[in-house]
Amino acid sequence: MTETIEIKNLTKRYGDLVAVDHVNLSIARGEIFGLLGPNGAGKTTLLMILSTLLKPSSGEAIINGFDVIKQPSRVRQSIGMVFQDPSSDELLTGYENLKLHALMYDVPMNRIDEKIDEVLTLVDLEKRKNHKVKTYSGGMRRRMEIARGLLHQPHVLFLDEPTLGLDPQTREHIWEYIESLAKKTSMTIVLTTHYMEEAEKLCNRIAIIDHGQIIALDTTENLRHTITGDIVSLKGKNLLVEELKKLAFVKKAEQFDDHLQLTVENSGKNLQELLRTAGEIDFVEVHSPDLNDVFLYYTGKEIRESEGDMTEHIRSLTRAKQK
Amino acid sequence: MNTRKFLKGIYALWYREFKVFLNERSRIISSVFLPLFWYFIFGGGVGTITSTGVNYQHFIFPGFLAMTIIFSSLFNGAYIVWDKKIDFLKEVLISPLSRTAIFIGKVIGGMTDALLQASILIIIGCFLGIPFTAANILLSFCMLFVLAIGLVSLGLIIGSFLESPESFGLVSSFVVYPLFLLSGALYPLDKLAAWLKVLTHLDPATYAVDGLRNVILGSSSMSFGYDLLIVISFDILMIFTGTWAFNRMKL
Ligand SMILES: Nc1ncnc2c1ncn2[C@@H]1O[C@H](COP(=O)(O)OP(=O)(O)OP(=O)(O)O)[C@@H](O)[C@H]1O
Ligand SMILES: [Mg+2]
Repeated sequence: MTETIEIKNLTKRYGDLVAVDHVNLSIARGEIFGLLGPNGAGKTTLLMILSTLLKPSSGEAIINGFDVIKQPSRVRQSIGMVFQDPSSDELLTGYENLKLHALMYDVPMNRIDEKIDEVLTLVDLEKRKNHKVKTYSGGMRRRMEIARGLLHQPHVLFLDEPTLGLDPQTREHIWEYIESLAKKTSMTIVLTTHYMEEAEKLCNRIAIIDHGQIIALDTTENLRHTITGDIVSLKGKNLLVEELKKLAFVKKAEQFDDHLQLTVENSGKNLQELLRTAGEIDFVEVHSPDLNDVFLYYTGKEIRESEGDMTEHIRSLTRAKQK
Repeated sequence: MNTRKFLKGIYALWYREFKVFLNERSRIISSVFLPLFWYFIFGGGVGTITSTGVNYQHFIFPGFLAMTIIFSSLFNGAYIVWDKKIDFLKEVLISPLSRTAIFIGKVIGGMTDALLQASILIIIGCFLGIPFTAANILLSFCMLFVLAIGLVSLGLIIGSFLESPESFGLVSSFVVYPLFLLSGALYPLDKLAAWLKVLTHLDPATYAVDGLRNVILGSSSMSFGYDLLIVISFDILMIFTGTWAFNRMKL
């Protein structure tokens, strides 16, 4: 059996709200799998079920050969988890948090210190190990929690928004750690994110999830090629939209708040004719489709990173305040 | 789950409580000084108007030992609501440990904190002229130990039901202070009105205070064995309830 994770018809209801809606999914050993979706899509809920912290309303899930409902403690021994929100004890040092974890997961006593040093080196934190977590920056804390998730050598590592609210530099660092980790071990990694770039850079396969349902599932490569042609964005006061739609090489035209977006075949050759037809133009931009466009195509929603960054950042700040 | 893993899990949770205790010195200081303020200011003040046979400050000292245990045990247990808030509880619940191991580990951890605080107070008591001997210190520890087990469990049970730390204040008003004030820590129980007497006898801390006063000052209304038995019965009840509460606790 090469599937590490098998999910069948998994559903979670909160009253009338269906947070996870009949999800079917298989993830193979050694994959880096991405769950990509906007706020409230059900990503965290799905991970909570897979990690046995939440009971599903119906359906089943098998992880590393164990059933999440019937054998929760076997599942827990097989997985590592990095939660979306901070989950370490601020009053303890990094070392103490890791030691607590090692004891809970029955790491042999004489290997605990060695393992702690090993994972802390991996995330570049060995110098701060005897400092209290409350003196760490957000990125350091996140790295410490990633190290903690690795400490007991899980078969599957779940990362819930591993770089949420971190600055771009730290984010790249964490990406490097995750990539090197995947190379060095045969661990299966499942991460959720709503940063396209993150999914694109790290994941072998991606499921786009919205309203609890998987609406697209494929390799990152294939998803990127969902859209054939290039994306042309136009701004102008009186664009001749109907005329543009009539052009044979224009596959799709969508009006957004401030711009018109066209999917265009062979834009290099056809751009001139397009611009001639469009009328009076203030702004034009051509780019080859990326995951952002794919996401937009499937969900009808935009999650551009720049906006995402800000709202996310504010959200994580308010969360921290509420605590 | 085998016994070795079970015990290691208990050790893990104890380790965390103990490290937090050592790292948070302000908590230790306040929990030792609060009873001392009561001893000197309240004890000194009220002592001038009462006649309890023995020196009033001596009379209330065993009560303050119980007070330290009551405050630190209940707050320590109810503190689990903070763990919920910061998602630290998820980290613990996602481990392969059984809920029972988690509960017992937390009880032993909280009990250790409470007993360490009481030890500091006993040492100070020796300097204040409280008639401590090796024998009565040992018996006092037995009593403080069983009291702490039951009260940390009670705190954990309450904490496992609380949803947010804002409700923490309720614990202090409706559990901690009543248990303390009804325990007879500050006054003798024999002259109380009947209805009040009934209430004090429902408070497990009453028996602990009585037992402590018995071994330290030689004055009490019930036998030490009887006091101990009641508090142990309370412990057993709390441990069973606590195990049940932890097993049903949701996030
Ligand atoms: N305990 C709960 N009770 C009721 N509804 C809940 C609960 N937890 C989550 N939900 C709802 O379930 C849906 C999915 O939430 P979830 O946290 O899984 O989303 P997410 O994809 O992780 O979003 P985000 O990107 O914001 O983390 C949301 O609509 C949320 O409001
Ligand atoms: Mg989430």
